[in-house]
Amino acid sequence: MDAWDRFVFTFFNADVASRYWPMILEGLWVTILAGLAVVVTGIVCGMLLASLRTLGIRAINIPIILFVDIFRALPPLAIILVIFFGLPNVGIVLPSLVVLWISLGAVLAAFSEEVFWAGITSVPPGQWMAARSTGMGFGQTLFYVILPQAVRLAIPPLTNRTISITKNLALGSAIGVNEILGQANSALSMSSNATPLTMGAFLYVLVFAPLIVASRLLERRYQWGGH
Amino acid sequence: MLSQASATGGTAQGFLLEALQIRKTFGQTEVLKGVDLQVKAGELVFLIGPSGSGKSTLLRCCNRLEEPTAGTLKLDGTDLLSRSTDINQMRRKIGMVFQSFNLYPHLTVMGNVTLALRKVMKMQKAEAEARALENLKLVGMAEKASSYPSQLSGGQQQRVGIARSLALEPMLILMDEPTSALDPELVDSVLEVIKSLRDRGMTMVIASHEMNFARNAADRVVFLENGLVVESGTAEQIFSDAKHERTRQFLRQSRH
Repeated sequence: MDAWDRFVFTFFNADVASRYWPMILEGLWVTILAGLAVVVTGIVCGMLLASLRTLGIRAINIPIILFVDIFRALPPLAIILVIFFGLPNVGIVLPSLVVLWISLGAVLAAFSEEVFWAGITSVPPGQWMAARSTGMGFGQTLFYVILPQAVRLAIPPLTNRTISITKNLALGSAIGVNEILGQANSALSMSSNATPLTMGAFLYVLVFAPLIVASRLLERRYQWGGH
Repeated sequence: MLSQASATGGTAQGFLLEALQIRKTFGQTEVLKGVDLQVKAGELVFLIGPSGSGKSTLLRCCNRLEEPTAGTLKLDGTDLLSRSTDINQMRRKIGMVFQSFNLYPHLTVMGNVTLALRKVMKMQKAEAEARALENLKLVGMAEKASSYPSQLSGGQQQRVGIARSLALEPMLILMDEPTSALDPELVDSVLEVIKSLRDRGMTMVIASHEMNFARNAADRVVFLENGLVVESGTAEQIFSDAKHERTRQFLRQSRH
């Protein structure tokens, strides 16, 4: 067996692929489900936190800034492990999938809060003044005038963050979540062959490519009147 | 179409807007040091003065976009500074036009004009659009209803800005240097709109450096400097017979 054949046998082994395919497919659904949950919670919470911050109330802003800075600084794996192995000590036992969802959701919320906040502060103050001068309230102004403009500015950095944080779902394998990488790892040990990892890699591309395409479409949709 | 101040309303002296001894402090700096501004219904009042004299701040105090530090403020007899006054309801009656237009870039011209009609006045879409179209016609912008602000010239944007205020049928419109961000050849189109509003009896307070226009169109001119009113009078009197040397000097300099 020459080197090329050995490479193909190890990474692109059709036998192994067909045997472990159902197992890895199971992981795909877990990844998609957990990914959707993380993206929705992270972005929604991030936008809510950024909106709360516009009220300019110290007692609200300080906890928000603390949360954001801590969760941006900590490595996601550390958060996952602390919650998974730490919380049971105080009597809270959460399923590993929930731990993964909460941890990554919080990290994405922290990053997206900063992205939305940057977007909100870069909307010119004249926009607030114009809207308030027509009798619109603070909430109406934020919702109908400021946020649409902030979101447009936020989309490109937000997509990057979303993808890089959602990829951390693979960390779930450290606490026994059977997502793509976890399943591929098990299959790797059982088959002593790296093909399941190749399959996992392809599936990751398959999951994230639509996200990237979607963000491009969003960017285009938010170009008002062409610039 | 343009709402007028009620004949019976107003303050005892018949002023539509009455701002008395308005003070405004930013940090250590006192920008307004007790300014009086009284405007009768149907009047066009010009605020003139060097930059930094407090013209913009005074206008923003009139609808509480800036909170006056002290003073009294009444519109058509209603105390605007009272806690029991719903300032959002009152702001609807005070239009505001900005130097940099401040149109909403994510909305079309129609969207810009209808937003407050729908969200503040709670109009149905069709009703709001009909009202918006009427007002866009007044400023000659009806054909651009579906354009975005970025597709318009400065003069066109400012006319949309005026239509946005007009659509709410205000008692009074405040204009903060409405033409100073415009290319010279676009200024006239906006001044013509202002002139037509004046002819329809709209009450306006305009901070501006358009002295020729002030001379021809203003009923009264107020000269502000360093947060104080130096002199106020009819346009005729201020431009040809100012009492204060400082006023004459300012007008001489503004001529070039």
